[in-house]
Amino acid sequence: MKQSITVTVNGQSRSAEVEPRMLLVHLLRDVFRLTGAHVGCDTTSCGVCTVLVDGTPVKSCTMFGVQVDGRSVTTVEGLAANGAMHPIQEAFKEEHGLQCGFCTPAMMLVATALLEENPDPTEDDIRWAISGNLCRCTGYQNIVKSVQFCAEQMRQASAGAPS
Amino acid sequence: MFPSNFEYFAPTTLDEALGLLAEHGEEAKVLAGGQSLIPLMKLRFAAPAVVIDINRVAGLDHLEESKRGRGFLRIGALVRNATLERSDLLADRYPTMATAAPLISDPIVRNQGTLVGSLCHADPQGDFGSVMLALDGEVVVKSTAGERRIPIKRFLDGPFTSTIRPDELAVEARVPSPEGRFSGTYLKLERKVGDFATVGVAVFVSTERGKVTRAGIGLTGVGATNIKATEAEAALVGNRLTDATIDEASRLAAAAADPRTDVRGSADYKRDVVRVYVARGLQELSGARAA
Ligand SMILES: Cc1cc2nc3c(=O)[nH]c(=O)nc-3n(C[C@H](O)[C@H](O)[C@H](O)COP(=O)(O)OP(=O)(O)OC[C@H]3O[C@@H](n4cnc5c(N)ncnc54)[C@H](O)[C@@H]3O)c2cc1C
Ligand code: FES
Ligand code: FES
Repeated sequence: MKQSITVTVNGQSRSAEVEPRMLLVHLLRDVFRLTGAHVGCDTTSCGVCTVLVDGTPVKSCTMFGVQVDGRSVTTVEGLAANGAMHPIQEAFKEEHGLQCGFCTPAMMLVATALLEENPDPTEDDIRWAISGNLCRCTGYQNIVKSVQFCAEQMRQASAGAPS
Repeated sequence: MFPSNFEYFAPTTLDEALGLLAEHGEEAKVLAGGQSLIPLMKLRFAAPAVVIDINRVAGLDHLEESKRGRGFLRIGALVRNATLERSDLLADRYPTMATAAPLISDPIVRNQGTLVGSLCHADPQGDFGSVMLALDGEVVVKSTAGERRIPIKRFLDGPFTSTIRPDELAVEARVPSPEGRFSGTYLKLERKVGDFATVGVAVFVSTERGKVTRAGIGLTGVGATNIKATEAEAALVGNRLTDATIDEASRLAAAAADPRTDVRGSADYKRDVVRVYVARGLQELSGARAA
């Protein structure tokens, strides 16, 4: 039996009728047509399906869509605002934090959640935060650099901003 | 991968949850962090007709010490592993659990997974089972018929089998508060970040005037359930932690292990890792030189 749910996705209220067994990643990709959350391993291991639920990173292949009824979900499509890229997107571009790009949406979301909690992370903090996300291309080096670059830019921006 | 279909309930109160379990128990599964249940459902190793999602039930996310009796730590069914990993209370007072938490899976899985869910899942490779055995914890379960408090040794019944009944909900785990001088740690051999243990060892001791008053040793991944190395524990109580007593306890712990050869290593290898890790853990606790 289908169930109706209402979710705030990237700031917009969206409703859908779904079977309870539909995984969050399929709700996002197939129903809401947001294909930024990828499916890699489908076994809770690779992290490429990661999205933020109420700001917290979650593997969307391991949560049911009905579980986010009434909650707020952020996908990579929600990072850019008013036609401008998010600082984390600028940073991945600047520091060559991606090659094929398959892991990138998840990496950027995990990084934004980390920086929200800890604006000045050490390299170890960053490596800890992305330890649930596999990348088969970059060797992680430039991903770490991108997050460091972003942290630096965001700190400078907030130091320069009138309080 | 798609799980088979099910009816979904998301109760918001404990009474409502217990009512649903009373009605659907046999054909239902409780959904907590979902980090074990959902993978099993996707593989169709589990195909419950009813899923009772407890994530919206109020009053299950407490992590606190109770001063009742001799005092104990209470870990509610919705306390996430990420919370345990960051808790100062755990770091100060329950070091065995505090060291195990960040070694479980990866940070994203830990945002969801719960200690109580891990105990109910009763995976012999689960790390918290050993921690609970070392600390002599118990699980509090409730149903519409009332409440039971089940010592962890009786709670873990076999591989993926606990003694909780289908109509019961585990509401919290409890661990007695430490007394006197105490220390504890968890050592885990894993092939890579996020992997299950090849071998895991939980150790805990409390001492008075240099002598051990309580010792706890739990073993992960080397038997059909987590194993409490009771003979090794008994060998320590009343004694000082010396090279000789540590040696004896680690040999007894290795003898209590019942490992199987698999992709992670041979039985002999794992048994020897138990010996080395118990010795290393106890050396660390005694503040003596490393093993
Ligand atoms: C990639 C990966 C790696 C992992 N690595 C490790 C590891 O190294 N060590 C380790 O210990 N664990 C590991 N886990 C397991 C993880 O810690 C699980 O989250 C945990 O074992 C189960 O907790 P949960 O809250 O997710 O339970 P769920 O998946 O929601 O439930 C598990 C089972 O317990 C039952 N249950 C849950 N809560 C209750 C309750 N309150 N009352 C009654 N029944 C209940 C459910 O019905 C189900 O049968 C890993 C998981 C993944 C996906
Ligand atoms: S697809 Fe979800 S963790 Fe790999
Ligand atoms: S850039 Fe290809 S997987 Fe990370």
